[in-house]
Amino acid sequence: MSLADTSYVRVHPLPVRVTHWVNALAILMMVLSGWRIYNASPLFGFRFPNDWTLGGWLGGALQWHFAAMWLLAGNGLIYVCYGVLSGHFRRKLLPVSPSAVLHEVGQALRGRLAHDDLTLYNAAQRAAYLAAIALGVLLILSGLVIWKPVQFQGLGMLMGNFEGARYVHFFAMAALVFFVVVHVVMVALVPRTFPSMFTGRIRVPSKGE
Amino acid sequence: MKRLSGMRDSLRQQPRPQIERIERRLFLKQGLSLGALALLSGCDVTDDDSVQRVLSGMSRWNDRVQSWLFDPDKLAPEFPESAITKPFPFNAYYDRDEIRTVDAASYKLEISGLVREKKPWTLPELYALPQVSQITRHICVEGWSAIGKWSGVRFSEFLQRIGADLTARYVGFKCADDYSTSIDMRTALHPQTQLTLRFADQILPPDYGFPMKLRMPTKLGFKNPKYIVAMFVTNDYPGGYWEDQGYNWFSGS
Repeated sequence: MSLADTSYVRVHPLPVRVTHWVNALAILMMVLSGWRIYNASPLFGFRFPNDWTLGGWLGGALQWHFAAMWLLAGNGLIYVCYGVLSGHFRRKLLPVSPSAVLHEVGQALRGRLAHDDLTLYNAAQRAAYLAAIALGVLLILSGLVIWKPVQFQGLGMLMGNFEGARYVHFFAMAALVFFVVVHVVMVALVPRTFPSMFTGRIRVPSKGE
Repeated sequence: MKRLSGMRDSLRQQPRPQIERIERRLFLKQGLSLGALALLSGCDVTDDDSVQRVLSGMSRWNDRVQSWLFDPDKLAPEFPESAITKPFPFNAYYDRDEIRTVDAASYKLEISGLVREKKPWTLPELYALPQVSQITRHICVEGWSAIGKWSGVRFSEFLQRIGADLTARYVGFKCADDYSTSIDMRTALHPQTQLTLRFADQILPPDYGFPMKLRMPTKLGFKNPKYIVAMFVTNDYPGGYWEDQGYNWFSGS
């Protein structure tokens, strides 16, 4: 076998790779500090283990949360602007049909994950990535209502004001953490997608011609 | 070198599924150790001096952003009597059995700083001023909230009455329970900011800050000082009990 058997195709443009990793760091800081903030007054009958949180105490966690929020929002804004203006979203995430998504999720759950062409996102991926973007937006909007329930009371009315926004924020966090878990499991199942998030290119297996 | 490239070649000759298994294992191992590192170092990271400087700097930046977001004419929502939370929670940096009792007869509110009339105020004098009421949501920095009814003197009118310099930056408060805090002048002049003397139409009980608290529905609970014994107007940043430990100073709602 020679090097010629292995070829590479470009899959992730540089702005996507940079914003992806900045976002991963921001989400990690937001979730871990957010769990500590949740622990100060839990909505449900459980607390997150303090060892899994960031900040050391409520005041420290709030400092992390309100610092990392700028990283999350600024980076997210750059990503969304790039995605819309460059046509990246239109090319990679659209169209997405509900029946195709259901079909592919069913296939994946039966262990028949078909992902031959890694340069294209399948319907399940498109839906998942669009959902992750939507969850990010929802987290920021509900976070704004919790942070400034008086100044943003118009926005607050859409989600049950301060108390409602706490639940929206919590469930959006839970859904995003679920997305991250599935995302990481999928990368583990198709590991050659992992280096491509750094290098931008992916190894295409030879078709045995 | 030769051996290395030889190894690479032999690796390449491995059937692909095996390489992928190795890659998968490596990826999981690296991923897990990265996650563990991030989690384990959480507390230490916060204590690090340079990290703490960045976090404090961001908190000062957030003070500025909040001051800019603060609309002096925007009112916090008010609620009907039926929405009042009963019982209203007690909250302080100490337990209920350490609540300070202030002697009503000898009580005097001390005034200092950039103010024309520095004469201390007795309780009967304060009760004699025009009173207003509000039923608003008190939001704690911890995340819980509760609706209560507070009555007292509109703070902007009180500041005008004592001839405070309304262009000064801060109003600071000292409390009988060794608590302290300070607020920006724009919030001090907000129409719902109230020098509170009554809770639920009764003289403010010791649990909620007898004889006087400052009620601001536009700020988090810890910015609403109870058991106030002295207030001052100043241009020098006064800080506060929790603010000095790291809570955000502006903490506006």
